[in-house]
Amino acid sequence: MTLKTFGLDQFGFLLFSLQWTILLTVIALIGGGLLGFAVALARTSQLKPVRIAAATYIQIIQGIPVLMILFLSYYGLSLAGFELPPLFAAGASMTVYASGYLAEIWRGSIQAVPKQQWEASESLAMTRLQQYRYVILPQAMRISLPPTVGFAVQVVKNTSITSIIGFVELARAGQLINNATFQPFRVFLAVAALYFVVCYPLSQLSRLLERRLHAGSSR
Amino acid sequence: MSYTFQFGVLAQYQDQILSGIWLTIKISVLSIILGCAAGIGLASVRSIWGGAVRFLVDAYVEIIRNTPFLVQLFIVYFGLPGLGLRVGADTAALIGMTINLAAYSTEIIRAGIEAVHKSQIEAGEALGFTRFQIYRHVIIVPAIAKVYPALCSQFVLMMLASSICSAISTQELAASAAFVESQTYRSFEIYIAVTLIYLVLALALRAVLAVVGMWLFGRRVARRTMTALPEVQA
Repeated sequence: MTLKTFGLDQFGFLLFSLQWTILLTVIALIGGGLLGFAVALARTSQLKPVRIAAATYIQIIQGIPVLMILFLSYYGLSLAGFELPPLFAAGASMTVYASGYLAEIWRGSIQAVPKQQWEASESLAMTRLQQYRYVILPQAMRISLPPTVGFAVQVVKNTSITSIIGFVELARAGQLINNATFQPFRVFLAVAALYFVVCYPLSQLSRLLERRLHAGSSR
Repeated sequence: MSYTFQFGVLAQYQDQILSGIWLTIKISVLSIILGCAAGIGLASVRSIWGGAVRFLVDAYVEIIRNTPFLVQLFIVYFGLPGLGLRVGADTAALIGMTINLAAYSTEIIRAGIEAVHKSQIEAGEALGFTRFQIYRHVIIVPAIAKVYPALCSQFVLMMLASSICSAISTQELAASAAFVESQTYRSFEIYIAVTLIYLVLALALRAVLAVVGMWLFGRRVARRTMTALPEVQA
């Protein structure tokens, strides 16, 4: 038996798997974004029980490993009688994970909008919905953009954890190639380089947005 | 759904779970101490020497922060033997965690150092402090006090991320969960139990870090440590 070496074909397979990493990231950001937005609104609600429930949700998600969220959704979904491909468990767990962090980022952004904005819009007889829609959220969105893009980097990296339940994304593809070629150093450096190519521009973008947001302020 | 939960079967695997908890605590605490020390060192040399040293430190920080922890573990565990360095799963986990945490700590402490106002340093000079005294009392200690809550959040995230080390067969808590699962097929029960254990560990670690913060920097920093949630580092 001859071992394959890590060549162009193998690199092509890595590139191909990168698509799944990106798809999973997009699923996590959309799903987690919707869920996280709801939790962020609940977290800033006027009703205390709703606020506490949302805070508890955030604390729990941020207090447990992503790997455990993954296992619980993987085994939980099959326990509930769903025979689903790993993509669903992976997508569900990444969604739950992202929602816990995005909710907290967006809560901070909503609360960073000066109180006077609430008071001014209230004095204009706006309903709470109108306040959110026309006054608070547009400003909060601006504030939330840099940390949200920064968090996207975390999501890209953490999708690698789904390889543990056998979902073939970039990290898993690296393992498969390593099993065939047994050139771990080269293979995993290539995998790391591909992650870097995706993550680094996002990190820089987040930093740029951050600087632009604070352009007018004192420092 | 006609599934009956049976948490009872887990009792006989108490020893595996306890040894998993112990290893998780051990590698977490060690990597926090080593990673934080490396972070203080790297952030310091970066700001003192500048030039090529700064470039190298920044490159290290960016490379680690923009690649997944799992892949870093693979490189340490599967890649290093190819270079003639054979490391066990526990050592590889500790090396990987330390390398990862050092990069994040460097970045957080760097932000703290850069937030020290120039006038503070000038005031130190005016009081006749030596350069070392200025560095110690005016720059690094206030910088760390300022970013201590963010640093602690990163420590908690690292402890949670140690679960990923089970992928390179480190027998920590997540791996012991997988072992019990393979013995009993009670997957949901064991993972719920272990998830709760992680939650308790995270709260306990945060409380310990708050006490340490109180001892080092006083009550205000300690309070911020308890309430701070993981800040997302861009």
